[in-house]
Amino acid sequence: MKMRVLSVFAAVAFLAACSSDADQKAATSGTGQAAAPAAPAAPSTIPMVAPGSVDEFVKNVGDRVYFDFDKYEVKPEARAQLDRQVDWFKRYPQWKITVEGHCDERGTREYNIALGERRANAVKEYLVAKGVATARIKTISYGKERPAAIGSNEAAWAQNRRGVSVPTN
Amino acid sequence: MIRLALLLALILFAGPVAAEVRIDITRGNVQPLPIAITEFVGANPQEGQTGRDIARVISADLERSGLFKPIDPKAFIQSAQSLQAQPRFGDWRQINAQALVQGRVELMTDGRLRTEFRLWDVFAESQMVGQAYFTSPANWRRVAHIVADAIYKRLTGESGYFDTQIVYIAESGPATRRIKRLSIMDQDGENHKFLTDGADLVLTPRFAPNMREITYMSYYRNVPRVYIFNIDTGRREVVGDFPGMTFAPRFSPDGNRVIMSMARDGNSDIYEMDLRTKRTTRLTDHPSIDTSPCYSPDGNQITFNSDRGGTQQLYVMNADGGNVKRISFGDGRYGTPVWSPRGDLIAFTRLKSGQFYIGVMRPDGSGERMLTEGYLVEGPTWAPNGRVLMFFRQTPNDSRGQGGTVKLYSIDLTGYNERQVVTPQEASDPAWSPLIP
Repeated sequence: MKMRVLSVFAAVAFLAACSSDADQKAATSGTGQAAAPAAPAAPSTIPMVAPGSVDEFVKNVGDRVYFDFDKYEVKPEARAQLDRQVDWFKRYPQWKITVEGHCDERGTREYNIALGERRANAVKEYLVAKGVATARIKTISYGKERPAAIGSNEAAWAQNRRGVSVPTN
Repeated sequence: MIRLALLLALILFAGPVAAEVRIDITRGNVQPLPIAITEFVGANPQEGQTGRDIARVISADLERSGLFKPIDPKAFIQSAQSLQAQPRFGDWRQINAQALVQGRVELMTDGRLRTEFRLWDVFAESQMVGQAYFTSPANWRRVAHIVADAIYKRLTGESGYFDTQIVYIAESGPATRRIKRLSIMDQDGENHKFLTDGADLVLTPRFAPNMREITYMSYYRNVPRVYIFNIDTGRREVVGDFPGMTFAPRFSPDGNRVIMSMARDGNSDIYEMDLRTKRTTRLTDHPSIDTSPCYSPDGNQITFNSDRGGTQQLYVMNADGGNVKRISFGDGRYGTPVWSPRGDLIAFTRLKSGQFYIGVMRPDGSGERMLTEGYLVEGPTWAPNGRVLMFFRQTPNDSRGQGGTVKLYSIDLTGYNERQVVTPQEASDPAWSPLIP
């Protein structure tokens, strides 16, 4: 993703506002694009993203949560991630949301399409339960068709069993 | 393995009158039948070339079945020309041919191609089949497949499967942004055509019984739905007006209905749509994943997979959705059940202890056996005679990022004779056609 560099002044201001969120993300998500690293020293050198942009959502809020094999329940450790998504979508009501459900390749194609739909719907239900209007959210399942990580090992499969919230117009 | 009914044995048991070369394909094969397929002769160079091409395609078809061993033509003693008068059976016995194929092609004055062939039992010194076909010269490949089917049928007692096509998904590009195209080809990989341009993700194509249409799933405009593609017009039409994603389609045996899954609020159930009345009927109503439905060849029953028992397993129900019975009880998960065209077996994909298998079981769940296995093997489809299956096999990625390639394979119902089906690109989701009408 392309990062947009803002003024040093804006960068400092934003980091001050969200550094606690970023810390939390790093602790809960681990891999993938779930969160930006916590702000180190010398904030003036950190590339910045525009508040309310898709870039900001992906990098600073975290767009995805992960699921266990053949499961679609939102895991306890994914809740904080989705709570931040709820806050962001409430702050920026101009966005609609498409929730993508994805699976690892350790299942048959058609079953995985159904499983991906369950995962997308589980994320949707969580966002709705926390106050995001149901009319703003669409779901789409990609089954095992769009892996995020390539690999024939649990580390790759774990990254592919995911629900991804995509801000859309 | 396939046992050759040797002439000597037959003479002993049946006497010389009924003695006939024959392949028993219900058993595993010890040794394929040696068969001499001579070039089909013609009166001029053009006919001669067509005749050689036809013999080559027949030979390749029969060899690929694993039941026949075409003898190298260099070993032939009698020429194809002199064979037209009368076979010298001693010459053919000398090179251990048990069956002999001869033929002739002729371009008729009306522009049609006439192809005749004879199949001889070398040891009984008798003709087993003699037939002639008329077609346009462009159709010479089909004639070759039809002749191969006739030979296969005469020598095995089962219908052939060479005059058939495969619809499948051609794959290219990186795994994270895979380009998938609806594609069609003859069963031997020839006459290959891409039917879609790769702009939309397409999956799981299946033939209509008349072979003029294909039902499949497409992500056209990011709305995943079941479509029907018309092969003659190239046009695509969405199936039904469903409020949620539709997927996993198949035609009914009479071609009048499409059965599929629809997902609503995360839950997938099985629906049927009558293509004539556009009326839809919900066949399952359960909070589990119900998908991959497939009719029995008589249309009276449906097999599908569901995780209603806790994990993905195979079920059979009546065509109206009643009388649901679980049929798979082994370890692991079972999916993609596909009813054999003969009705006697259901092929499936099984995932057990990190390994994938292609297997078959009887519709009551008994007689389960595995045909092949791998890191990922999936999606069996039956040849129309119910003796051969095709599926796809994906290799694992290694630490250098190599591998992960996906290709089509065919395998005999006995579990022997697994062979790659060569395609221009990587390939998945094969579906075998009926015999071409």
